[in-house]
Amino acid sequence: MAAALTILIDGLTYASWLFIVALGLTLVFGVLKILNMAHGSFYAIGAYMAASFVSWGAALKWAPGFTLVAMLLAAVAVAVILAPLTERSLLRSFYGRDEVLLVLVTYAMFLILEDATKLIWGATPFYVSEPYALFGNIDIGTQSYVGYDFAMFGLAVLVGLAVWWGLNRTRQGKIVLAVIHSPEVASSMGVNVSKVYMLAFTIGVFLAALGGAFTAPMISVQPGISVGVIIVSFAVVIIGGLGSIEGAAIGALTVGLARSMAVHLAPVAELFSVYLVMAVVLAFRPEGLFQRIQARKI
Amino acid sequence: MKQNVWIQTGRHILASTAVTAVAALSGTSAQAQETFKVGIVSFLSGQAADSFGIPAVNGAKVLVEAFNKGAAPAPYNKVGFGGLKIEPIYVDENGGATKQVQELRNLYDRDKVDVVVGYVGSGDCLAVAPVAEEMKKFLILYDCGTPRIFEDGKYNYVFRTASHATMDNVALARYMKAKNVKTETFNMINQDYAWGIDSKKDFAWSLEKLFPNAKAGEDQLPKFGAGQYGTEISALMGKQADVTHSSLWGGDLQAFILQAAPRGLFKRTQVVFSAADHVLPGLGDKMPDGVILGARGAYGLMSPKSALNDWWWDLYSKAYNVYPVQAPYRMVQSLLGLKLAVEKAMAANGGKKPNAEQLAAALANSEWDSPAGKIRMALGNGHQAMQETAIGRTRYDASKKMVVLDDIMRFPAECVNPPANMKSEDWIKAGFPGAKGCP
Amino acid sequence: MAATTSTPLAPAPASLQRTIFLGLGAFAVLCIAGWFMPKWFTFLLTMAAANGLVSLGIVGLMRGGLVPFGQGMMFAVGGYSAALLANKLGVTDALVLALAGGLIAMLVSLPFAPLLSRYRGIFFAMLTLALSMVTYGLLMKLEWLGGSDGFNLSRPTLLGMKLPDATSGYVMYVLTLFVATVLALIARMVFDSTRGLMTLAMRDNELRVEYLGGPVRQAIALNFVLAAFAGGTGGALGVMSLGHVEPSFSFWTTSGEFVFVAILGGWQSVSAVFVASMVLEVVRSFSGSYFPNSWQLALGLFLLVIIRFLPNGIGSLWSHKGHS
Repeated sequence: MAAALTILIDGLTYASWLFIVALGLTLVFGVLKILNMAHGSFYAIGAYMAASFVSWGAALKWAPGFTLVAMLLAAVAVAVILAPLTERSLLRSFYGRDEVLLVLVTYAMFLILEDATKLIWGATPFYVSEPYALFGNIDIGTQSYVGYDFAMFGLAVLVGLAVWWGLNRTRQGKIVLAVIHSPEVASSMGVNVSKVYMLAFTIGVFLAALGGAFTAPMISVQPGISVGVIIVSFAVVIIGGLGSIEGAAIGALTVGLARSMAVHLAPVAELFSVYLVMAVVLAFRPEGLFQRIQARKI
Repeated sequence: MKQNVWIQTGRHILASTAVTAVAALSGTSAQAQETFKVGIVSFLSGQAADSFGIPAVNGAKVLVEAFNKGAAPAPYNKVGFGGLKIEPIYVDENGGATKQVQELRNLYDRDKVDVVVGYVGSGDCLAVAPVAEEMKKFLILYDCGTPRIFEDGKYNYVFRTASHATMDNVALARYMKAKNVKTETFNMINQDYAWGIDSKKDFAWSLEKLFPNAKAGEDQLPKFGAGQYGTEISALMGKQADVTHSSLWGGDLQAFILQAAPRGLFKRTQVVFSAADHVLPGLGDKMPDGVILGARGAYGLMSPKSALNDWWWDLYSKAYNVYPVQAPYRMVQSLLGLKLAVEKAMAANGGKKPNAEQLAAALANSEWDSPAGKIRMALGNGHQAMQETAIGRTRYDASKKMVVLDDIMRFPAECVNPPANMKSEDWIKAGFPGAKGCP
Repeated sequence: MAATTSTPLAPAPASLQRTIFLGLGAFAVLCIAGWFMPKWFTFLLTMAAANGLVSLGIVGLMRGGLVPFGQGMMFAVGGYSAALLANKLGVTDALVLALAGGLIAMLVSLPFAPLLSRYRGIFFAMLTLALSMVTYGLLMKLEWLGGSDGFNLSRPTLLGMKLPDATSGYVMYVLTLFVATVLALIARMVFDSTRGLMTLAMRDNELRVEYLGGPVRQAIALNFVLAAFAGGTGGALGVMSLGHVEPSFSFWTTSGEFVFVAILGGWQSVSAVFVASMVLEVVRSFSGSYFPNSWQLALGLFLLVIIRFLPNGIGSLWSHKGHS
């Protein structure tokens, strides 16, 4: 029984991390119909920015609790600076074109951002581990967990609810939903669709950077951290259905639990577990677990 | 319609001509004073950049500068290589083995380098070695760990100037034996690719011989570059073991340490790392005390005291504000060996720049002093080096504000390397026959 | 349209002859030029041609409006098949290995083709990506296939003759170009056939094609299988020149590069695909040399410029087949 509990807890902590990281990706696809290959790079930049902000905060002698605020501000900074820049200069010229063409544009962005990050921050790793110790340890049975990991679960729930509420209960959010359903009809009803795209992309980048910023305390921030994130985020959004928040949550949980079971019960299968789940889900539910009914245009 | 045909034909011919023109233009090389061109290939981007590639390239840069000034201590004090100034060309190893094969061809054919020194990744080494051999060009592999290069193949033009990775885990096991580390149960966590899998096999087989009663527990194989080890750590802690082994390196290792230490893993089990010295300067006080680790050779804090080593240590530390860890040491021993080989070949051929065959004859079976001790090209028909190694235990020294290594134990080359006529796997499984000088 | 029988040689014989003449002419010019080129450049062109074959298969699917993001799997299957046949079964003839690579990749693709033909758009891309990543995982795991390091294969022979050291590169160059030319000409014939034109129509509006009686799903499945053949052949040829196989051939970034070349070439002109492949190899090669620390940046910028200014690919420069 203890083993099952461990598997569950590990699955949940991993899933929380995954949810925060993948939510931005699914949102950007839902609204802009772009599968953002540079998503991992925004995550990495979020981590780097958090490292910078936290070290500035330390230099200014802020209290340790403020590091969390610093990380949040870092994510905001990344979104506010990078999102309008990339959206306006790069993506806007390609709207309406083939979906896969846009994927390649984002792949080019990924290449550019990888080297840009290395040129700005250098290749030496950054450590921003003070926040990791903020929540102490939590002992469950024979296992000792770091409180921070559980706090991530709380953050994931908070973020999920905030985005859901923002989309479904605010006026602006409903406009975004309208654009998701049909940009043409929304536009003809007077919605400024390009503003909505900009907003959605900014939030998407913010969420990616938030994931990176809050992951920074548990890793060493260095070149290459973006790559591991991309595929696993894809898996989550594909499983859950592109553009669906509930789908991202379920997708994250599925991947998290599958991975947790593989690691605890059959480590040999760990490499496969993610891709296999992805392939299996796609084979039976082509549009993901939370398919949106889409009218077919003739 | 007819017009279209000619336009099409014209365009096809234009394309073919353009192709030829590009080739011709890039074929010309500037005629200047004769230099010795060395292609240096290592990771300038990607996950191995910070831990292995960039420190090695930094080491090469500062060393080449010293060579060109004739500022190295004897017997390395000739200017450049035998009077010829060294002209390095740096290439990024990132991008996969296919790209590396193309880059290697470019280096030899287009950039006309005399020698290529490179490759951290075992996959890259395995892919490029046959290419250099086919092109009959001189290649030195300076870093990659797989024993397969010279155990599974024979080469005339390819050399490796550092020991392969077998000695890392054999030495680790021998250290544990010599220090009487309790090893009734052991867990392992290694990256799921050739390096990790070979390392864990070497360790497990070595333990079978040295600790026959040791029982294997968890065998975690996270993806390379995973970065998130919460689940694996739970599994490791769930199954109590005396010893936990890992060959993790770079960012993955740092993430593992940062995630496992607060959860008490390092207090509950004796952790042994086979190649971890490179994370010590960065981690500082975040590195737990008492961890047994190796550096894949007598490198960094475990390097033997000598005038050459002191000179090298100062040279590197002054330039980069950090002491040299394993990667730059492997680069320096490679370039020192190359220097002597070039000078020996030039002495034999009357002072001309040596060709690949002359260089191969000079380097094979040679030996030289390096900051890490003596390097002897004694395996693989004189093409594979063997060297001593060392294992130590970490301790954070608050006064020096850095991690130091205590309890350092040295293992002579013959103790931890297989003999010339045996494959590594067979040698370990046979119980290390012929091992000499083990402490 | 409903009663159309499939006549693969639908275009008028004169224009087909012209295409063959041009194709063989270009092949001859390149062979002659190759004799005088520096070796690194013949190698680059050989790899460009081998990779171009994979992208050719992608173009076949792109004409129908689908973009597969997992052709690296076909490249890997073709490459590993050739390598295993050479190392384990002693089959060393280069032509045989090339064809074997293509056929085995085709066989591997057969069970998946009907499944994949149900998907469109991004989901088609994602499922092919997932399949290629599962293949990657398998290749990484299987020790007897060399695991993550892969393994080397020895030099192939040709028509019973051993290839001498000095000219083996040139011979592989000529062979790869030959196979590429033949497959390119076949592709052109297939594209201009009734089935090929139907594929184009599917890109515009699949529903209408179906209503008019065209077997849409069958066509997609067929295109996928043919693309697998092209990919496997390209993989076998590439691997014979490289002398090495490894699992990263099946990784999603490799597939992405093949897709990029296909888009760069555009779906109108077959020769453009190979030109595009060459352009990418050249840019990659030179940015590695001139920007060792920032070649990814250089490559990314190049990709953006191309996508921005050549929206229909290089082929649009010399082929005026109209918008679609």
